[in-house]
Amino acid sequence: MKSAKFDYTRPHDVRAAIHALADALGEAKFLAGGQSLGPMLNLRLTRPKLLVDVSRIEALRSIDVVNGSIRIGAAVTHAEIEDAGASLARNAMLPAVAREIAYRTIRNRGTIGGSLAHADPAADWPLALAALDAVIIVNGPAGQRSIPSARFMLAAFTTQLADDEMIEAIIVPELSPSARWGTYKFCKRTGEFPDAAAMAVFDPARRIARVYVGALSGAPVPLDALARGIAQQGAVALTATAVDRAIAMAVPELDAVGRKMHAATTMRAVQQALAS
Amino acid sequence: MSELHGKPGQGIGARVPRKEDARHLHGRGNFVSDLIFPGQREVVFLRSPIAHGILRGITKPAGFESVVYARADIAGIRNIEAPSTLPTYKLSTQPPLAQGKVRFVGEPVAMVVAKTRAEAEDIAEQIQLDIEELPALVDAHRARLDTDVRVHNEWSDNLFLTLDFDNNFEAESKKATIVVTREINLARQAMVPMEGRAIVAHWDDRAGQLIVYTSTQAPHVIRVGLAQFLGIDEGMIRVISPDVGGGFGLKCVLWPEELCVAWLALTQKKPFRYIEDRREHLTAGANCRQHHYTVTAYADQRGRLLALDAQITIDGGAYSNWPFTIGLEPGQATGNLPGPYEFKGYRCKTYCVATNKPGFLPYRGVARTGVCFAMELIMDAIARAVDRDPYEVRYENLIPPQLMPYNNVSRKHYDSGDYPRALAMVREKLDYDGWLARKAQGEPDGRLIGIGFASYCEQSAHGTSVFASWGLPLIPGYDQATVRTTPDGGLEIRVGVHSHGQGMETTLAQVAHEVVGVPIERIRVVHGDTGITPFSTGTYASRSIVMAGGAVGRACQTLLPRYIHIGAHLLKCKPDDARFEKSEVVGPNGRVSLKEIATAWFLRPERLPVDVDRDGLEATVGYKPTVDTGAFTYASHGAVIAVDPEVGGIEILDYVIVEDCGTMVNPMVVEGQTLGGVAQGIGTAMFEESPYDANGQPLASTFMDYTMPGATEIPAIRIYHTESPSPYTLFGIKGMGEGGAIAPPAVIFNGVNDALKDLGVEVNETPLTPKKLLEAIERARQAHPQRKVA
Ligand SMILES: Cc1cc2nc3c(=O)[nH]c(=O)nc-3n(C[C@H](O)[C@H](O)[C@H](O)COP(=O)(O)OP(=O)(O)OC[C@H]3O[C@@H](n4cnc5c(N)ncnc54)[C@H](O)[C@@H]3O)c2cc1C
Repeated sequence: MKSAKFDYTRPHDVRAAIHALADALGEAKFLAGGQSLGPMLNLRLTRPKLLVDVSRIEALRSIDVVNGSIRIGAAVTHAEIEDAGASLARNAMLPAVAREIAYRTIRNRGTIGGSLAHADPAADWPLALAALDAVIIVNGPAGQRSIPSARFMLAAFTTQLADDEMIEAIIVPELSPSARWGTYKFCKRTGEFPDAAAMAVFDPARRIARVYVGALSGAPVPLDALARGIAQQGAVALTATAVDRAIAMAVPELDAVGRKMHAATTMRAVQQALAS
Repeated sequence: MSELHGKPGQGIGARVPRKEDARHLHGRGNFVSDLIFPGQREVVFLRSPIAHGILRGITKPAGFESVVYARADIAGIRNIEAPSTLPTYKLSTQPPLAQGKVRFVGEPVAMVVAKTRAEAEDIAEQIQLDIEELPALVDAHRARLDTDVRVHNEWSDNLFLTLDFDNNFEAESKKATIVVTREINLARQAMVPMEGRAIVAHWDDRAGQLIVYTSTQAPHVIRVGLAQFLGIDEGMIRVISPDVGGGFGLKCVLWPEELCVAWLALTQKKPFRYIEDRREHLTAGANCRQHHYTVTAYADQRGRLLALDAQITIDGGAYSNWPFTIGLEPGQATGNLPGPYEFKGYRCKTYCVATNKPGFLPYRGVARTGVCFAMELIMDAIARAVDRDPYEVRYENLIPPQLMPYNNVSRKHYDSGDYPRALAMVREKLDYDGWLARKAQGEPDGRLIGIGFASYCEQSAHGTSVFASWGLPLIPGYDQATVRTTPDGGLEIRVGVHSHGQGMETTLAQVAHEVVGVPIERIRVVHGDTGITPFSTGTYASRSIVMAGGAVGRACQTLLPRYIHIGAHLLKCKPDDARFEKSEVVGPNGRVSLKEIATAWFLRPERLPVDVDRDGLEATVGYKPTVDTGAFTYASHGAVIAVDPEVGGIEILDYVIVEDCGTMVNPMVVEGQTLGGVAQGIGTAMFEESPYDANGQPLASTFMDYTMPGATEIPAIRIYHTESPSPYTLFGIKGMGEGGAIAPPAVIFNGVNDALKDLGVEVNETPLTPKKLLEAIERARQAHPQRKVA
């Protein structure tokens, strides 16, 4: 399959990119790593008249640490985050999550911004960034605004992003030295999107306790009561029954098999956090 | 690999690296898509979006009428029909572009020509199809009983074919004290070669020929087919099959797309090409493996099999292929189900049913992956029923070597081998006892360990009588090879088979080296071109190293006396006093090289004896084994499986193969073939599936939904060899190209069932996805609440 005909432009800054999109009156799309958009173009599931390539805009390409936060430009690739271990010492969960996305050839091109905008329910960043309490900076003709990542994704392939807005950066808080985290996903094959996924972050110094389940039919779902229980009582609160009940309540639409898979995955993510 | 030694030198048995590796590793292979002809046009097929319907009309987009073709526009092409002499067989008529009806999603309906593929797709999507939808036949069991809705209106039902076999079933089954029945299912699959189908055709004015480059396993057969269905002389066609990126059976039949593109070049005298894309392949190519079995085994108290009763249903799809016909699959299933086992009563009824899916094709292992899966699962089920070790039960049922050659219950003639020894070696190499001890201890991470075995034998290089019994319209006979001595004393070998990953550019050179002694660097194997190679039905059915290898060996042997005759003359001795030794003729008072002999024949004929053999230093010789019922390769596979019962994950901890393909021409090539086959078998076992919805819509049309195993899913496989030469073939060679793909589903499922035995879980349907595994565990939990289930 070959894509339907489109034009292509590669603006040099954010403002030009936003203009280019707005000028096309709804007929344009941003292109980042193309790892999700490429197949959709070729299958002719999407037919933009114009692609606005943001993958080389300098302002979207860096990772910076500023006042206890990490700012990741939207066009930073998964591979760059994977390899940024040193500058991400205060949030080692980020490279750990990046390393588990697909396989290296995909990570070399796929971007964190593209992943959030695409909002695949089984994707890693929406889940990780929700668990990490990140903030997403978006920009558009109406100006810049920030959206907490836990509320950014609304449903499968649906976000708070307006049609004319772009993701500019993701601000991730640094973890305290005592913070513990765990991630676990189950893929039927290496490099495949997962069948079940969960991530847990416990950062008592910042009064944070979060357990999130992903790879569902929609956005990742928090298991707040379970997370609080574990934060207060430690490992004793982590029983198979407690996890199963938490999943059943938070994601009632799961069938028995789905519940079991997600419960096991959640259990492993939290165990990993507690053991770290 | 396990045994790194091979025979020294470059002849039969030597572990020499493949000659073809250099070009492929450097990306310098030459595939159909690499060929560009001036003025070439791209062809795109508009395919039916509907599984079953009446095709009322096709509206071409305005302005593009001349580049859009429907059936009526290509009247010069005949419909594809593959007659068979099998009783009960019904002929299907496959138009090259749909006519009257559409019969599966993906069936070509119209053809579009443009400068680029993208432009052709732009035009194709504007074509309007008027299709009146009919109920789709998606389930083979239902289609078998349905006579109202029919895939082919002119038939009375939806049965391509029914086979009935009975050998002593009643009498033998009566003796049994144990009766075990299982239902076993294999999913539909696509073959997924790295290179899809690909065709470029152009007209050559100088040769007065239609030149068709196509990615095929059988260039000569494709030429026969093109001539037949285009209605022109074979001499007007030359088929060239360059590098081919995997065939697996997909590329041993004639495709409607080949006919259409060849017709364009023939009628317009310009170059046209069609390159299949992955989405087309996964939908229009979902054409293999889907078998359903109900198998009942009759055994004694110790698990000794006495009789077997089977009903096999094969989902044949919409059309029978040319030339193998759809009869091949049910024929092989019925005949091969008994496998390597010794028992005396067998009854089998096999239905091959037409449905609204792509027509079934013979995929690597042809039917045997299915029958091995069924037979080996039932073996383990028998063991469970008599409460014995599946290894022991399997071992005792295998045909013992003292009965070889053995005529089995389905009247196959097994030529040679020690089947139990292969299984015993797997047990030893796998350290079965060690794993049993570890299994008894339990795993600290909660995973459950199981060990699975499977044994099979693989009919290879079966010839005329066997294919005739399957009723084919085109039956293999003698395979020919031309061996030419070059004036500088090298060899050039021309064969009609095709090598596309089998390494025959190396192994056929090794066979020639064995006889003539010329270094393999100076032996060139030419294949894949009807213009310059002798006829062969091609590469399929694990036949080429036996058939073409035999022909090469015999052609070389034919040349030896001619070399000796000239050599003796040059040495001034009698031919009887000279002998041929390692590319030299040796006489009582000296030796003369093949180079000098060749120089004399080609360039300095004044040096030749007057009574020289006028046929010279080139020979075309035919070959087929003395007994043409096949040389049977056999193997046992064993694997240790860890099951994660909480998420349904499966890991293969160890995988051991002991195989015997008679005399090995090149152990490294044998191992490469086996590894590739096992990877495909793992795909069948755990990942690959072409599911359909109730309307016959394929649900896996990209790799997003069609899961292939990757490097990380293939364990480090250990392969060991024994060599039981075939008594019927030159050098005792047996074919082995398919075997690797046969056993993995059986081994893996037996391992999983062993791991989950205490939970009361038994799985028997491919592919074993995590979800299916968890569902089975959940069902067992509900059925046996008292058991301790994860
Ligand atoms: C085989 C394969 C396996 C994969 N496995 C995984 C996995 O395990 N886990 C996982 O998380 N992901 C996985 N992915 C997805 C991958 O992570 C992609 O990177 C991601 O989906 C999209 O990122 P991209 O940069 O390629 O975006 P693109 O494909 O270029 O764009 C995707 C969408 O986002 C929009 N977009 C891109 N950038 C911006 C921006 N800055 N602002 C607003 N909109 C924007 C585009 O317009 C488009 O709609 C896989 C992909 C493939 C092909």
